[in-house]
Amino acid sequence: MGWLDRERTVAPPGFNRWLVPPAALAVHLCIGQAYATSVYKTALVKHFGASLTEIGVIFSIAIVMLGLSAAIMGTWVDTNGPRKAMFTSAVFWASGFLIGSLGIFTSQLWLVYLGYGFVGGIGLGIGYISPVSTLIKWFPDRPGLATGMAIMGFGGGALIASPVSTALLKMYDPNSGAQGWVASGDAVGKLFLTLAVVYLVYMLFGAFTIRVPAEGWKPAGFDPAKVKTAPLVTTDNVSAKNAIKTRQFWLVWIALFCNVTAGIGILEQAAPMIQDFFRQSDGVSLVSAAVASGFVGLLSIGNMSGRFAWSATSDVTGRKRIYMVYLGVGAVLYTVLALAGSTTTFLYVALAFIIISFYGGGFATVPAYLRDLFGTFQVGAIHGRLLTAWSAAGIAGPLIVNAFLDAQGKPGQLDAASYQPALLTMVGLLVVGFVANLLVKPVEARFHEPRPERGRYEPAMEA
Amino acid sequence: MSTAHTPGAHAPVKASTGRLAVAWALVGVPLAYGVYETLTRVVALFG
Repeated sequence: MGWLDRERTVAPPGFNRWLVPPAALAVHLCIGQAYATSVYKTALVKHFGASLTEIGVIFSIAIVMLGLSAAIMGTWVDTNGPRKAMFTSAVFWASGFLIGSLGIFTSQLWLVYLGYGFVGGIGLGIGYISPVSTLIKWFPDRPGLATGMAIMGFGGGALIASPVSTALLKMYDPNSGAQGWVASGDAVGKLFLTLAVVYLVYMLFGAFTIRVPAEGWKPAGFDPAKVKTAPLVTTDNVSAKNAIKTRQFWLVWIALFCNVTAGIGILEQAAPMIQDFFRQSDGVSLVSAAVASGFVGLLSIGNMSGRFAWSATSDVTGRKRIYMVYLGVGAVLYTVLALAGSTTTFLYVALAFIIISFYGGGFATVPAYLRDLFGTFQVGAIHGRLLTAWSAAGIAGPLIVNAFLDAQGKPGQLDAASYQPALLTMVGLLVVGFVANLLVKPVEARFHEPRPERGRYEPAMEA
Repeated sequence: MSTAHTPGAHAPVKASTGRLAVAWALVGVPLAYGVYETLTRVVALFG
């Protein structure tokens, strides 16, 4: 397997660095399928005779494994390079679908937990961080733009997987024309087999397209000395082991956790929430199920475009300032949503769209924020460890919203006022995140790696 | 569009624009399809 080694992926002279973003996107578009599981959720409930919660556990395991594998495997990814990492991710992600399909065909839910949740989740974590460090090195002049392009793919993956999966389920199920049709387990099993093959091929395209820059490479006209134009941007390097000992790592962890928790608060409840906000006194909502579905689609676009647009903007504004916008302006918008969101649907939709674009922007900007604070040496591994904030937010966000809503009444009876305690709690969280971000200062010199050679741009081991 | 410059390389190799176009099309076309499909649902919001 020497052909996967980092040394074999060093770019030849003249290699066009714009080939790297599509390679990264190829991986992120595939693993972004994780957000399209709702397409076959009802079918799995029916097939296994299980509850929604039992089927939801599949997704929860996958997200927990994403955070754990990104944190544990980050250093391995940095050491072995992006090709081996992408290849490994592709094998795990495709195997997850294959094992999951076996579980569906044999009606054994635990095999779906093991396959899609556990094995696939490892593929998710390794795949998510695999191109980040490499992109930052190819685009030292625009790291936010580069990581924004890749992480946008994670948001975009669900946009592709959702309609494609629906079409495939209809094709595989002879009863798809029946009224009130729910896809059969057999059709979902075949869908999993198809996705395994397609995603494997696509991700391998990414793995064999990606290259790491040669040592000492820099873009034409780029002067590394000019990188340190802002006080927070370092030209030194901090190891992943040392990074987690710094106050800065945990402040950024808190900022990301608060931003993600607040975003999940809306995303998790998007469809019922808009209907509840515009429920009339007779209990009927002005917003139909079809319109609510359109709203969910619009949020997906906001999530995806925010990842690219805000992250690219951070190259101009600086990372700390853009996080002040995500958390500070986000808190103000959340307050308006809680107190006045039910006045017009346009206001509600516009506020939710911007809030979700901040949610996506937070994900996409954070690798460049880490690069600014800790250098490029082990930024992939540090990013992996930071993603535990995502896993924690994935548990906290729905817990907060559901706990408050359960106390307010039953689904179908809730209105805009029922959401105020949950939304105002999110405002409080955003303020905590805002303060944490404000406290971020440059990392102390005692955490820096020694410089082996004067004038050398970065240590050799990474990418 | 920037290309890589490795120290010591005297003449940069001409970038393969064909390869670049294929790579971007492979990811861009499915993404555009996904965005289009989603926007058709979003229309209901403004209908």
